[in-house]
Amino acid sequence: MHITKDLVAASATPLVLGILAEGESYGYAILKQVNELSGGRLEWTEGLLYPLLHRLERVGHVESYWQTPPGGRRRKYYRITDQGRAELVEQHRQWAAVVDALRGVWNTARAINPIVAPAWEAGR
Amino acid sequence: MTLDSDSDLEGQIAQWRTYTRRRRELHHADTEELEDHLRSRITELTEAGLRTDEAFLIAVKRMGSLDELSREFAREHSERLWKQLVLPGEPDARAAARTRRELPVMVLCAALAALAIKVPSWFGFDLADEDTDFYARNLSLFALPALAAYFAWQRRVGVRVVGALVALFALGGVAANAYPLAGDSQSFGLTAIHLPLALWLVVGVAYVGGDWRSERRRMDFIRFTGEWVIYFSLLALGGGVLTAFTAGTFRAIGIDAEQFISSWLLPCGAMAAVVVSAWLVEAKQSVIENMAPVLTRVFTPLFAATLLAFLVAVVWTNSGIDVKRDVLILFDLLLVVVLGLLLYAISARDPAARPGLFDRLQLALVVSALVIDVLVLVAITSRIGEWGFSPNKTAALGENIVLLTNLAWSAWLFLGFVRGRAPFARLERWQTRYLAVYAGWAWVVVLAFPLVFDFA
Repeated sequence: MHITKDLVAASATPLVLGILAEGESYGYAILKQVNELSGGRLEWTEGLLYPLLHRLERVGHVESYWQTPPGGRRRKYYRITDQGRAELVEQHRQWAAVVDALRGVWNTARAINPIVAPAWEAGR
Repeated sequence: MTLDSDSDLEGQIAQWRTYTRRRRELHHADTEELEDHLRSRITELTEAGLRTDEAFLIAVKRMGSLDELSREFAREHSERLWKQLVLPGEPDARAAARTRRELPVMVLCAALAALAIKVPSWFGFDLADEDTDFYARNLSLFALPALAAYFAWQRRVGVRVVGALVALFALGGVAANAYPLAGDSQSFGLTAIHLPLALWLVVGVAYVGGDWRSERRRMDFIRFTGEWVIYFSLLALGGGVLTAFTAGTFRAIGIDAEQFISSWLLPCGAMAAVVVSAWLVEAKQSVIENMAPVLTRVFTPLFAATLLAFLVAVVWTNSGIDVKRDVLILFDLLLVVVLGLLLYAISARDPAARPGLFDRLQLALVVSALVIDVLVLVAITSRIGEWGFSPNKTAALGENIVLLTNLAWSAWLFLGFVRGRAPFARLERWQTRYLAVYAGWAWVVVLAFPLVFDFA
């Protein structure tokens, strides 16, 4: 399934903040987790993830530090800040409103005409 | 087997790293972060049963093209494309140490240049008074030695080169001051114009680190000269704004700053700017695309069109060129401009590239300039008997011939190149070798002309 670029971009910030709210993490692990959470339907590129992380760090939602685990490689970890948690709450509120509205739309739509996969979706 | 494929993998990753390092948008830390990402994916893929080389290929492919990646990084870090304008943005240890020393030395040299122009006033030569003659003669002897010293330090030149530089500057000093030239004589004006040219090429010797035989280094000096002119003009513009504000603000509180501006701010600022622009060119040469070639691209078609239109007009109206006294100077300057356009087009050209439309335009420009100049020369030689040879006319005529020779042979080589018969490098070599002719001519005018024309 293809998810449009706008949707991917809009949902990227709350996803990253949500994952980091669970605990600190690093780029590759975040990418894997997004993949798992979406059942493989959200495919992020590195060109999306790292600039996003850097932007979140610049505005102060996350902070980063380098760490070398014993016997491992030097790795850049990211950790959510208090400001980031506040942002996550705010994002949650906004997304809940959007999802609620969408749910209403899907329900009315289903009441009018039962859901049928459009022809162009059939092949996917 | 494992060991072998492991070292293979390290080699491949190292290669990938050098590619990413070339991207200005990606800083060292980003590269490291991305490398960690790459390795994580490779580990996962090999654990799933892939061979390391397959895993490497897939991991790199998944990361997407570097172009795309650096574009995304640039969108977030747009300042990186600008940040290194003056100082390197990254604490790269070796470069940083170099820069740390370079800046104070540059400031020292700039201060020396600024101070040098004030030294004569301690001995009674005042810039504001009637001693302007003295300053006009010696102008190039204040800043250019400091500039040469800066390059001599930076290039770590040998003792022999330093000796040669000192001797040449001393020769310039003697030429400027030993002859009894009156301030209103023609030879005086010629010296004031030609000595800076001669000494600038001496700076060139310091610039190339004494390796003045090398054609590549000479071409570097040509590039440097073009960029230097541009930076110097920019600094002059900024200096003009500073001067205007200094004068205006102090006048507002009833203090007349004119004296300070004319005897300190302007002369010292101009001399220091000579060194500072040179430093800027050096500091930025790898960072920004050079400006001189860009301007060349813009103006070559325009000048070609103008010259062709002029030629058409001459033929159409059937009018000869009105040979007044100043016209020779005008056409000398035209040849200098055309030569400059040619030089900076050459300096930025990839010698291996095939001839294109721009090269044909360039050829048209050079040929039309040549035809025009020949017309002018024919008109002038028929009348030179009337005038006789004065220093000015001889110099103007000599310069015309020097430039004409250069352009004529350039046109010939260019034609060979455009028709695919000769490599571009021959044209490049011709231009770099010709620098010696300019140096020779400038020194002849400075040293021999006053004697030949009896200090007229």
